[in-house]
Amino acid sequence: MSADADTRSVTEVRPGETAPAGPADGARKEPFSARLRRDWPLLVMAAPMVVLVTAFWWIPALGNVIAFQDYNPYSGGILGSPIIGFTNFAQLFGDPQFVRAVVNTLGITAFQLVFYFPVPIALALLLNSVVSGRLRAFIQGVVYLPHFFSWVLVVAIFQQMFGGAGLIAQILRDHGYSGIDWMTNSDTFILLVTAETIWKDAGWGTIVFLAALSTIDPHLYEAAAVDGARRWRRMWHITLPGLRPVIVLLLILRLGDALNVGFEQFMLQRGAVGSKVSEVFDTFVYWSGLRTGDFGYGAAAGLFKGLVGLILILVANKVAHALGERGVYSRS
Amino acid sequence: MRKKKVSGLAPWEEPGSLAGRVGKGGVLALILLSVLLPLYTIVLTSLSSAETVNRVGGLVLVPDGITFDAYRQIFSDSVVSRAVLVSTGVTVVGTAISLGVSVLGAYALSRPGTLFHRPILFCVLLMFVFFPGLIPTYLMVASLGLKDSYWSLILPSAVSAFNVVVLRAFFMNIPHELIDSARIDGAGEFRILWRIVLPLSKAVTAVVGLFYAVGYWNAWFNAMLYIDDSRKWPLALVLRSYVVDSNPLPTATVGVSGFGQVAPPTLAIKMAIVTIAVLPALIVYPFVQRHFTKGVIIGAVKG
Repeated sequence: MSADADTRSVTEVRPGETAPAGPADGARKEPFSARLRRDWPLLVMAAPMVVLVTAFWWIPALGNVIAFQDYNPYSGGILGSPIIGFTNFAQLFGDPQFVRAVVNTLGITAFQLVFYFPVPIALALLLNSVVSGRLRAFIQGVVYLPHFFSWVLVVAIFQQMFGGAGLIAQILRDHGYSGIDWMTNSDTFILLVTAETIWKDAGWGTIVFLAALSTIDPHLYEAAAVDGARRWRRMWHITLPGLRPVIVLLLILRLGDALNVGFEQFMLQRGAVGSKVSEVFDTFVYWSGLRTGDFGYGAAAGLFKGLVGLILILVANKVAHALGERGVYSRS
Repeated sequence: MRKKKVSGLAPWEEPGSLAGRVGKGGVLALILLSVLLPLYTIVLTSLSSAETVNRVGGLVLVPDGITFDAYRQIFSDSVVSRAVLVSTGVTVVGTAISLGVSVLGAYALSRPGTLFHRPILFCVLLMFVFFPGLIPTYLMVASLGLKDSYWSLILPSAVSAFNVVVLRAFFMNIPHELIDSARIDGAGEFRILWRIVLPLSKAVTAVVGLFYAVGYWNAWFNAMLYIDDSRKWPLALVLRSYVVDSNPLPTATVGVSGFGQVAPPTLAIKMAIVTIAVLPALIVYPFVQRHFTKGVIIGAVKG
């Protein structure tokens, strides 16, 4: 793909007509003409992205109107299906399976906030205290790696380690104990998914903390040491305050994302442990909407989740501003 | 020994206690082991003979003769080899499309004040806070006639807002003078992007390319959603079906070494499939790893 060829192919079209998808429609108004003449190559460049985002994000986002319909894809479709107002939502809140999905999702988020969220911070502090640069780079390389494995792979690996025929059970059996199958035990499922999340993403999660650690002025440590602060006091008074903005930022992101727990992770393991403990928001949408063909109902659940998520992130950001932190975005 | 370790410390820094250092080393060793041991035993098992696996009764920890039987068997079977081809094709084509679209889009958004800059940027940033939902997306893909098409594995996930923002942040940091002087010399936007901006952004482009490639190689859910025809399955679905769920491999399709029997795949074969799924990440990883921090930090700071 040579740059010249691209330029030539688009100059054959008159500038006023190169306008790509939607947003460029108003481009023919007079005041814009000078800007258009100058900026049209940029619009051409943005066009494929805009088309893809429109097709697979904006149109589906608007397609959520089916949440208010008795949607039938075969008779009527999105334009012809009868509008039934909030009936789908009313039915949703009376559905015990949905309530269970909400409870499970929030429970898992809360659990992981306590048992997963601090792990990358601790790991970053640990890595940061490794003096030898080469050793540290090696350890980083190893702990980042599982982030690049798919959930199918992670589940497969955990199954081989902790499953009924897995390595741990095998070693236990060799020593005369009975093996435990962690993969199908619904009581310990929350531990299992948290362990998987830690294994996959805790290492990768350290990157942003390590970056924040590297921006802390070393003179602060020296001054504190001269003043007699020892290791732990320096960590408490310099390191942790230095990490605070990043921690708050990620906490906000996590709270705004509270209704999202690893979708694939739960889809993959739903069969093994049953829906009672593994049904979360997204799996509910899949099983109760898509699989049953009840699209309007599933879309209502999805829309509810999307809107609550939007509100959560806006509120969390506002709270962060109120606390004097930068937050995710600022009014600019 | 002690002297040597201390030498990396600043003069004001007190050396840690022996117990502390041993504890730290132990924890780090455990962490490394938790990642490396499963990979080691999986790869080793995939390279072990059926007798060895049977004797051990599971995953092999001590090497006892290396054989490529499992791989030979897999690749004589059309299911896995076709899945590898599908995954490779989707990854290559998808990454090329994603990277092209994202680089062009990010460059177009890298200069505030240009026409429609704000609405297009808004369009992309809103993707961070709201997800349109599984079902409308599914219906959209279905109504475009993409079900059972390889494009359903590429187009819906082709643009990642995060990657666009990372690229854009990097492009915005390139000195204006370079771009302005090229423009005065008469270079068009495409030429500026190709000749000036991209050569200066190799690292971040490589990282974003890796993110996209990993996403395509690993994608399981989209495939499960949109691909019903098992002959079009990518590797992730094969992995799920034959390794996680232990479904019997359809040996009827084998041909050369066909035994005709329907049995769950042996552990060595399962582990060979896992190894094949891990392999691309392991190969590409070392080349891109050192750039991670750069790419990710910029995204985090400017995002």
